[in-house]
Amino acid sequence: MAADTLTRVFSALADPTRRDIVARLAEGDATVGQLAEPYRMTLQAVYKHLRVLEDAGLVSRPQGPQPRPVRLETETLTQMETWLERYRRRAEQRYRRLDALLATMSHTDDKDDDDVNSQPDGNRG
Amino acid sequence: MSTANQTEIEADPKLPIIRITREFAATPGQLFRAHTDPALFAQWVGPDGADTRIEHWDARTGGSWRYTTRLGGTEYAFRGCFHEVRQDRIVQTFTYEGEPDGVSLQTLWLEDLGDGRSRLRSQSLVDSFEGRDAWLASGMETGVNDGYAALQRMVDDGTV
Repeated sequence: MAADTLTRVFSALADPTRRDIVARLAEGDATVGQLAEPYRMTLQAVYKHLRVLEDAGLVSRPQGPQPRPVRLETETLTQMETWLERYRRRAEQRYRRLDALLATMSHTDDKDDDDVNSQPDGNRG
Repeated sequence: MSTANQTEIEADPKLPIIRITREFAATPGQLFRAHTDPALFAQWVGPDGADTRIEHWDARTGGSWRYTTRLGGTEYAFRGCFHEVRQDRIVQTFTYEGEPDGVSLQTLWLEDLGDGRSRLRSQSLVDSFEGRDAWLASGMETGVNDGYAALQRMVDDGTV
């Protein structure tokens, strides 16, 4: 998935109604009418939200006679989640190394803490 | 260390920002030194198996830094400025020299939780959504997770 696709996914999901639609579709396909039921908005407005989700590749509406069920395209979300999770894991690895370093500092440098904290500006180490 | 130290990540849907939050069994003073003392910083910045060499380091408000990281026979260079260095907040720019036009603005907040614990919050503002998403997409490979479970988690906790 290209980076601009991911940008569309993120901006599509910036809207609470669209997040709600996606969450409900995660439980199963639904018709536009079923999706519109809990919202105080016109069917037209729901179609607009669906179009944004569709453009982002998050949902699909198979062609055919009414009522056409709307389906969640999980591949797109999986890809996005994968990217975020990968980045998170990299940060986690970095911070585990920091944990290890801090543990040695706790044992050897406790006395320095007060000095560091009392300095008003940057400690040049 | 403890399982409570979970790294949380959030990609802001409205701004090209990535936020990461993590708690540490350390005082803010220790965290501060781990970020500003070059000999300490080089030990953990990583990634795993990488050899980091600090080329230049002036961790003061208005100072600058540069380091190289050797990983699998390739050397990567990074540089930036320390915009502001305070005990509770460090603001700096970050550029990967392989893409010299790109620059992100990173802010770190060091928060004292008491009992020798701290919370580190970091925010990286990239200059475009494309830049951020390319950044997220770059790097190491991992397996694909179970999409539905992952989706539910993201929706539930408001990540997306």
